[in-house]
Amino acid sequence: MKKIIFLVAAAVALPLVLQFTNNLFYVSLASRILIYALAATSLNLVLGYGGMISFGHAAFVGTGAYVASILFVEGVTSAWIAWPAALAAAALAALLIGAVSLRTRGVYFIMITLAFAQMMFYLVNSMKVYGGDEGLTLPRRPDLGVDLGNEVAFYYVVLLILLLSLFLLARLAGSRFGRVIVAIRENEQRAEALGFPVYRYRLACFVIAGAAGGLAGALLAAHGRYVNPNVLHWTQSGTLMIMVILGGVGRLWGGVLGAVALLGLEHLIADYPLGWLAALAPNYQQHAGLAVGLVLLAVVLLAPQGIAGLFSRNTRARA
Amino acid sequence: MSWVLIAEQSLNGLQFGLMLFLLAAGLTLVFGIMDMINLAHGSLYMLGAFIAASLVQATGSFVLGVVLAVPATALLGMALEVVLLRTLYQRDHLSQVLATFALILILNEAVRLVWGSDAPLPMPVSLSGPIELLPGLFYPAYRLLIIGVGLAVAIFLYVLILRTKIGMLVRAGASNREMALAMGVNIRLLFTLVFGVGAALCALAGALLAPLLAVQVGMGENILILAFVVIVIGGIGSIRGALVGALLVGVVDTIGRAFLPIAFGAFLPPQVASAAGPAIASVAIYLLMAVVLFVKPQGLFPAR
Repeated sequence: MKKIIFLVAAAVALPLVLQFTNNLFYVSLASRILIYALAATSLNLVLGYGGMISFGHAAFVGTGAYVASILFVEGVTSAWIAWPAALAAAALAALLIGAVSLRTRGVYFIMITLAFAQMMFYLVNSMKVYGGDEGLTLPRRPDLGVDLGNEVAFYYVVLLILLLSLFLLARLAGSRFGRVIVAIRENEQRAEALGFPVYRYRLACFVIAGAAGGLAGALLAAHGRYVNPNVLHWTQSGTLMIMVILGGVGRLWGGVLGAVALLGLEHLIADYPLGWLAALAPNYQQHAGLAVGLVLLAVVLLAPQGIAGLFSRNTRARA
Repeated sequence: MSWVLIAEQSLNGLQFGLMLFLLAAGLTLVFGIMDMINLAHGSLYMLGAFIAASLVQATGSFVLGVVLAVPATALLGMALEVVLLRTLYQRDHLSQVLATFALILILNEAVRLVWGSDAPLPMPVSLSGPIELLPGLFYPAYRLLIIGVGLAVAIFLYVLILRTKIGMLVRAGASNREMALAMGVNIRLLFTLVFGVGAALCALAGALLAPLLAVQVGMGENILILAFVVIVIGGIGSIRGALVGALLVGVVDTIGRAFLPIAFGAFLPPQVASAAGPAIASVAIYLLMAVVLFVKPQGLFPAR
């Protein structure tokens, strides 16, 4: 509990600290990290709690991003309409994709979720009316009642949404529904034998995660005032998976820690030249992917519990 | 729409399908025998193409360069298997996906460091012209060469897997690993060998497709997904499934892109057709895969 209060206090205080140290431009980066934290957290519900290795989560993030952006272009500039609509559309997409995908198991499930996400990727690519492969640029952020154009205000809105989502996830994980989901992950046959409708529980879990992913997508589009088909590319799904694994699979804070660690690492490498490293390899900052890959490989091989696992006393194996 | 166009597009589909088969064959064996998801398979394809580009330039001969690139990539692949991938067999799918995804990032940057973002691999001049197959049907000689090599390799693999002792061991490993192990098959060696063959096929496909597409960082990522679609349609671990799946995907994709916009134009207003045609064509293979999995959740030719 103390750790959580500390983390939340740090997140709330961040813009003030940045203001005092004259680094206010980092608030925008912080918002982006928090949005990815929400997306990764939603994937963690499926991946960690539900044990369903979905390799197509970018489809739902992308659906949310595109629905919110298209509504804006078509004249619906209120976030109060656009964001719930993005959430609902992503939930619908998850319902359809999940209904088919969840009939398969194991590797086939991984691949069919991937295939559906690729399908959506090519579909938005061919939507010439809405930018095609060039994407959509929005003139400004949507209207919410507070001025979202103000980076600090936007940051607090995103933080509030993320904290609410984490609270709901914690409640969900502790509820009867959450326990059944975990039981299905641990032993599907046993859960089935106990009389739980396994398929329906899984589908519900998949849809909830998809909806949250859609909300993250809408926030992402608002943050950058831009959306393009790459939000649906399969490497995006892979990146979200990396965040979850890096942070901690099936742990409440896993998605958040993973997003902070991964995006933080990328920006550290790109923005802060290290003298001694630059002396060894002059262009190393253009090769951030190499460092990210190596760190990731080390985490998979050496710390399968993720970052959250390093801080937790409860080291019960969970893979 | 003339018969020439149809014949041309069918040949294009066959050519694309055979190249997909080269990629999918290695992937399905690794997948089926070792129960290992190797996302870095596409990176071997990229590596093979870059190595071929360098060797072609160094030797001055297209054939020699490609022929040398194949064993070189196979050795690299086997080294990768021994050093890293071997430790992943016992891990769950999630760890495998993540570790090999990390490998994609690492290999992409490594290639960028060694070669830069792209490398030239021009088509041999002697093969750049068209050949008249039938009166009125001209077809690029280089694409015919690809079809020929692809068919030869497909037949070779087919015989190797279905008619030889090694092939029998491979099939035994794919259908029941524990039993094969209990019967005294040296699985470790077999795995390394299969991985080497997979890498060699990747290099061959990469080098042959290079003059048609482009040798660049990230070239393996989209084609990797197509190869996965192929083996999921065909049934994981089945070489026959990989062949059928690859030809299906190659033909459906090529024919779809060529003819769906025309077909849509026949009964839809031009604006709708020009938008909907390419859209449906680009998702056609994913639809095909979804339908196949819905009807046969284990693919067309399940290995187990």
